[in-house]
Amino acid sequence: MKIAVLIKQVPGSDSSLPIQNDASWINEEAITYVMNESDNYALEEALQIREQNGNGEVVVISLGPDRVQKVIREGLAKGADRGIQINVDSVGAVDPLVNASLIADAIKEEKFDIVFSGLQSDDLGMGQTGIILGEMLGMSTASLVMETEISDGRIKVKRELEAGYFQWVTMDLPSSITIQSGLNTPRYPSLKGIMGAKKKEINVLTPEVGQSKQSMEKVYIPQSDKQTVMIDGSADQIVEKLVETFRNDIKVI
Amino acid sequence: MDILIVIEDNNSKIHRMGLESIAAAQSISKDKGFSIGVLVMGGNAEGLSTEVSKYDVSEVLKLNNDIISSYSSDGYAEAVKQVIEQENPKYVFFGHTYQVRDYVPKISAKLMKPFLVDNVSINKDGEKFIFTKQMFNAKLYSDMVAKDNGPLLISFQSAAFSADNAQSGSASIRDISVDIDSSMIKTESDEPFQEEAGGMDLTAAEVIVSIGRGIGKEENIPMAQDLAKAIGGELASSRPVVDSGWLSAPHQIGSSGQSVSPKMYLALGISGAIQHVVGMKGSKNIVAINKDPEAPIFEIADYGVVGDVVEIIPKLSEALKEN
Repeated sequence: MKIAVLIKQVPGSDSSLPIQNDASWINEEAITYVMNESDNYALEEALQIREQNGNGEVVVISLGPDRVQKVIREGLAKGADRGIQINVDSVGAVDPLVNASLIADAIKEEKFDIVFSGLQSDDLGMGQTGIILGEMLGMSTASLVMETEISDGRIKVKRELEAGYFQWVTMDLPSSITIQSGLNTPRYPSLKGIMGAKKKEINVLTPEVGQSKQSMEKVYIPQSDKQTVMIDGSADQIVEKLVETFRNDIKVI
Repeated sequence: MDILIVIEDNNSKIHRMGLESIAAAQSISKDKGFSIGVLVMGGNAEGLSTEVSKYDVSEVLKLNNDIISSYSSDGYAEAVKQVIEQENPKYVFFGHTYQVRDYVPKISAKLMKPFLVDNVSINKDGEKFIFTKQMFNAKLYSDMVAKDNGPLLISFQSAAFSADNAQSGSASIRDISVDIDSSMIKTESDEPFQEEAGGMDLTAAEVIVSIGRGIGKEENIPMAQDLAKAIGGELASSRPVVDSGWLSAPHQIGSSGQSVSPKMYLALGISGAIQHVVGMKGSKNIVAINKDPEAPIFEIADYGVVGDVVEIIPKLSEALKEN
């Protein structure tokens, strides 16, 4: 079983997000980057499948400038076998069609059985790249997956639907599957894993980037039209004011 | 046809976000004189087309055959792709539902046309449109433009437009067909099911005490339960709390859980990720307590406290019990 995992490096949820003066993007030098949350679950699912099978290969693939090697190394430290960096400028990497095309070109000769990705990135949140990639490579696809079972060359996945519903979908391999957070417990890298990762291969590709079919004109902080009454003071004062608000304004006690 | 809207079947009814898409299309069509077509497909297309024809749109396109009578991503993607090729609209509108996320990227790949997702508004800029989407869990917005002549695939976030604003009218219904072969369908789908069904119905609660990641650890759950009891409300949570196994799935509010609109929603240590917000922003009063003054939950809160929920919750329970 040969599994690719698409990993995106995104600003951490606690990172500041200063906007560049020309409002074209955030100031990347001021950002603390982490592995995209749902991608971390996707990686764990791939590692568990490889362990259950007793053989196979897990390849982590990340698209972006050299900083993304950090998340590739993190993936290798957790147990992935090798990495591929598709070296592109991050601002040029907005359009999922372009990104999926670049990944498709990079991996089409590899004949992966499964491509896992997180269901969406925590930065742009386009939520399309894994599905577009699957379509481009003629794979079956499924999104928002909460559980996987592999047998007899097929994969059965539990998809999350809306309003608390789920659905089992069975597909032939190869398959490109987007993973919902929470389906497993992602491991932390061991010290041995971290040391071993340094010796593992990262293949850096520098392809020509196609023309974007959608782009960001302007990035900005949203203006809230809601007036929020802020309650402050010491913890005791806050509690006192909250109780008054519950009683006199909202009238729930 | 200028705008094609694809309506989703929600248990034989028009998915609410389909009506929101109609409202969105109508809002930009008035001064442009756009024609609006609405596609209904699948096993319930007959009844749905009659429902949709009661809105102020140009026409309703009705599509059904054996292969698309129930949903599959391959079947729906191929069917809608062929309808787009037949009708050649400038824009194709969708609600940003889970189903749309599952199959519309495939249409984007088949046609090599961009899919501008999860928009919260449309603004006109000369002859083109600017579509605004949220990024970084709604901390920033981005104005997106298409660099393509279309057809453009566009989806709208839940409640970006109000279904109540969908104007009624009378539209003709046209049967259409597509050429799909069963060999194109790579998936076999079982029936949808609910887990832990019949557990809790939070939709009737007047007060909801909802906890998020800020509660810190499982050992702090009882203090939230205690607060819910003290205030006479139901305990609920955002997704991370359920993912961590601290509360069971029926407690979850948001796009993958329940949607609620209580008299008071007390959001404790909830950052306000959009997946959560879509399930509670209709609440009459939102009171948010969060350590991070930049948390997006404060954008929609009526009352806000910047503070540590683990410190405030026990004191609040105590004060409520004294009253």
